[in-house]
Amino acid sequence: MSVLLVGITVFVLAAFVGFEIISKVPPTLHTPLMSGANAISGITIIGAIAAAGLSATSLAQILGFLAVVTATINVVGGFLVTDRMLEMFKSRRDRDRASK
Amino acid sequence: MTEVLYLGAGIAFIVGLKQLGGPRTARSGNRVAALGMLVAIAVTLVAQDIINWGILAAGLTVGSALGAWFAIRVQMTSMPQLVAAFNGFGGIASALVASVVVIEGGLADLAPETVITLILSTVIGAVTFSGSFIAFGKLQGILPGRPLVFPGQKIVNATLAISLIGLAIWAGVAGEVAGYWAVGGIALAIGIMAVIPIGGADMPVVISLLNSFSGLAAAAAGFAIESNALIIGGALVGAAGLILTIQMTEAMNRSLANVLFAGFGSDGGSSVAGTMSDQPVTRATADDVAIAMAYAESVMIVPGYGLAVAQAQHAVRELADSLEEMDITVHYAIHPVAGRMPGHMNVLLAEADVPYEQLLDLEQADPLFAQTDVVLIVGANDVVNPSARDDSDSPIYGMPTLNVDRAKKVIVVKRSLSPGFAGIDNPLFYDEKTLMFFTDAKAGLEETQIALKSL
Repeated sequence: MSVLLVGITVFVLAAFVGFEIISKVPPTLHTPLMSGANAISGITIIGAIAAAGLSATSLAQILGFLAVVTATINVVGGFLVTDRMLEMFKSRRDRDRASK
Repeated sequence: MTEVLYLGAGIAFIVGLKQLGGPRTARSGNRVAALGMLVAIAVTLVAQDIINWGILAAGLTVGSALGAWFAIRVQMTSMPQLVAAFNGFGGIASALVASVVVIEGGLADLAPETVITLILSTVIGAVTFSGSFIAFGKLQGILPGRPLVFPGQKIVNATLAISLIGLAIWAGVAGEVAGYWAVGGIALAIGIMAVIPIGGADMPVVISLLNSFSGLAAAAAGFAIESNALIIGGALVGAAGLILTIQMTEAMNRSLANVLFAGFGSDGGSSVAGTMSDQPVTRATADDVAIAMAYAESVMIVPGYGLAVAQAQHAVRELADSLEEMDITVHYAIHPVAGRMPGHMNVLLAEADVPYEQLLDLEQADPLFAQTDVVLIVGANDVVNPSARDDSDSPIYGMPTLNVDRAKKVIVVKRSLSPGFAGIDNPLFYDEKTLMFFTDAKAGLEETQIALKSL
């Protein structure tokens, strides 16, 4: 099987998995889900690392550097802010426990 | 071994996203996904024969510092802007990855499918970037939140789209790197043009869609550099964003095309609108509001974007606490498109320590209004507009709204009578069972709280 076909297979299967696991998310979690998913889209960072780490020409190095910076902002910021949000989500039980 | 670890990262993303869908598991889900990301990064650093360590270290340090700074400093009311900005950064990163491949290797010697995916990754990434930062500007108040439309806009857009396709074909077929750069530039312009005609209240749809795009850009980059980890991560995010986009458009009873292209609200108050504004409303003071609620058995609070603007989430929760101490049942009814991004109200109220069991979505809340004594509307407008149900001439006719007018009494906390973003008048305000409390949401709720205590 060609690399392209493997890629398409992986893409289609992953998209189906995505639709299956996400379609039942309660509205309460929509924002953290989105910002968590956003952080996952920062996986492009591994492409950015290769781009910045392997390139020879200076223009490529500059753009590679920018790719690493933006992808890292996306990854680090995305996961951190999602964690910060989810820390606040409390059930009534958690809240009562905290106030005691 | 490398591929196995990348697969592990992909599985961590799937497990993480699944756990993000449940309130009890969400936090660990986010951490599982973050761990997967860490593994993927570590594997890449080890497996690639990296030569430019200095550049890499600098990039990772600067990016981590900026990302952490944004994440820690952001106020919960500004969360939509931040997510928009992060979407934009993810998008441009994918486009930059593609551009480096083109600079280093040119286009002429590549396989056709690689050329196509490089161009796709660049186009989607650049559109996501410029579109997200226009959305950011609108949400932050740097740009006007209303739809920006000008004569000839459609012609400009069509010209841009046709040139994009033409240049992309030229770049691909002739292997012209100059054409590739032009495609990138036009994609940036298209992102700007796509988001400026969209009004502030449609931002939940826009942000969800850009979220999906940031995933698709990563997936396209994954095809170009033959990385399954990128394809898996990108496809998951593309799917997640698309589902939210569809849910948001359904919550407004509009098609995606209508949200993107209609310039909604630009023709402010065309139909029955303006004619009603002369009708009398019942004005109320903090004391009136406090008395109405004190004699209720059940209160339903309906928050909207005005709550976020006034930073009134803590004030509303303190008022709700006082009501509960008086044995009054309090719930919050959250419309899916209340606020500026999916779940915006939920995050704000969570910040104010409101337990999530108290938050009801549209389907849960709507049947309860008929048995509710007092509905307290804080900074919401279009999502409680009865003309969406009653007036077939209304621009929002058919949008599922909260039928608050079925409750015994309605209190609206609002700055002025000005209509919502769509410029549509709200008959609810003139209903005889409605009390209008004209004030800043935060100040008004605090006054009500004091009045309630002194009853």
